[in-house]
Amino acid sequence: MGAINRAIHYLDERLQIQQLIDFGKKKSVPLHRETVWYYFGGVTLFLFIIQVITGILLLFYYRTGPEEAYESIRFIMSEVRFGWLMRSIHSWSANLMILAAFIHMFSVFFAKAYRKPRELTWITGMLLLFIGLGLGFTGYLLPWNELAFFATKVGTDIFSVVPVIGEPLLRLLRGGEEVTPATLSRFFGIHVAIFPLLFVGLLALHLLFVQRQGMSEPIGWNEMPPDKTKSMPFFPNFLLRDLLLWLIVLNVIALLAVFFPWELGEKADPFAPAPEGIKPEWYFMFMYQTLKFLPAKVLFISGETLGILVFGLAVVLWLIIPFWDRKSARGEKNRALNYVGLFVVLFIIVMTVLGYALH
Amino acid sequence: MKRRSFINVLLSGGIAVWLGSVIASIIAYLLPPEAAVSDASSVKAATTDELEPDSAKIFQFGKKPGLLLRLEDGGYRAFVAVCTHLSCTVQYRKDMGVIWCACHNGKFNKKGINIAGPPPKPLDELEVHIRGEDIFVSKPVT
Ligand code: HEM
Ligand code: FES
Repeated sequence: MGAINRAIHYLDERLQIQQLIDFGKKKSVPLHRETVWYYFGGVTLFLFIIQVITGILLLFYYRTGPEEAYESIRFIMSEVRFGWLMRSIHSWSANLMILAAFIHMFSVFFAKAYRKPRELTWITGMLLLFIGLGLGFTGYLLPWNELAFFATKVGTDIFSVVPVIGEPLLRLLRGGEEVTPATLSRFFGIHVAIFPLLFVGLLALHLLFVQRQGMSEPIGWNEMPPDKTKSMPFFPNFLLRDLLLWLIVLNVIALLAVFFPWELGEKADPFAPAPEGIKPEWYFMFMYQTLKFLPAKVLFISGETLGILVFGLAVVLWLIIPFWDRKSARGEKNRALNYVGLFVVLFIIVMTVLGYALH
Repeated sequence: MKRRSFINVLLSGGIAVWLGSVIASIIAYLLPPEAAVSDASSVKAATTDELEPDSAKIFQFGKKPGLLLRLEDGGYRAFVAVCTHLSCTVQYRKDMGVIWCACHNGKFNKKGINIAGPPPKPLDELEVHIRGEDIFVSKPVT
């Protein structure tokens, strides 16, 4: 018996871990034309692990404060050995994580993998995406540079158009009337404690659900002849492929971080005019650009308020898709919904491209 | 009332009240107290030899930035330099002859009236007083 087997045997005698191993082995991955999309959830997970590791490392030197924040990151980048690398990896991997999460979400959407019994997996996934976006938004301010300062001013100001609770919400977010060092402290606490905790909790649920239910199969899978419906055990076959892809992703990040190190920009000065080229992070660009296209007034409310309300409604509808897409739930193809999804993807891409092209 | 249901009411009521008061106090805690340093009433924005005609500077007006504009005729005007669209800090653009917001290309004329782009309202105007060499700016008394 090898050392590993002996260890397993030791633990099993005391803690019955064989049950857990069987639970872990239960899942299998259906093999078909769209199998590649199953990888994106795992990539998102891997990128989050990188965020946690590099984020904790950054915490050893990062300080908040109107002077300290910027200076501490400058220190990380210029003095600390491999500091520039840690920061670049944290920033690149944050952006790739959000990209991977978006791809993962859309692949789940088009596969209709949210249909019963996986409604709750979809909900937890959407919440994870929101928190991921929140991590990106709060992290963006942490270096306290000019672009981030004004982007945060604009980004938080949007909340004030929310009817009724807009003003208190704004004060809650900013820790005051304006974006000040108090905002920075808040964002810091949210970024390194609240959101990571929520993220880990939701992630645990998300993964537990996936493990309990196994991978979703394409619609019509069960009616296909048995020789067409092959699958692969998740453990170890698919996991090894996952690991190979993670290795590739890690290399891509290392290359990006080395050849395109993340910039720091100018230190924020709250009493200087806003510089040109204020823009949000790319994953907020489509919303930002849409709001820009809206006229100042539509009927009796401002264009922004209308835009925010419509976006809010669309997000809620998207969040609860599993509960109103009855067709997929019955195992039928829902073509109309595919067109809706296609429209959403195109809308996001076109608005993002316009956002950059028109700047 | 049965003993059992009495305990149920007591327990669930107690938990609900506790949860409510914990959540309420956390929200109250998170809403920052009104700042002790309230908005400035009057600040010295510049001295009379500082600005050329047709130029401007940003100064600190309490917690907000202010814009002091010197007109071509030598007179002064001052505004809260916070764009009425989404709060970016505006600047005077001599080349365009307008007060300009870089964030979404909003424009205000030299009276602070919004003339182009998304800003929905004029800038808040401030009062200018010259005392000797010093230019003071204050909130207009309403
Ligand atoms: C436990 C997890 C995390 C910790 C402890 C952490 C910590 C930090 C710290 C200290 C900074 C400031 C240093 C810097 O700006 O380079 C930072 C920045 C940042 N973080 Fe995180 N982070 C975590 C997770 C995440 C995640 C999951 C995301 C992505 C969605 C993220 C996105 C960002 C971004 C975009 C920045 C700004 C980067 C920059 O401009 O330099 N963080 N984080
Ligand atoms: S914030 Fe000034 S134009 Fe939008």
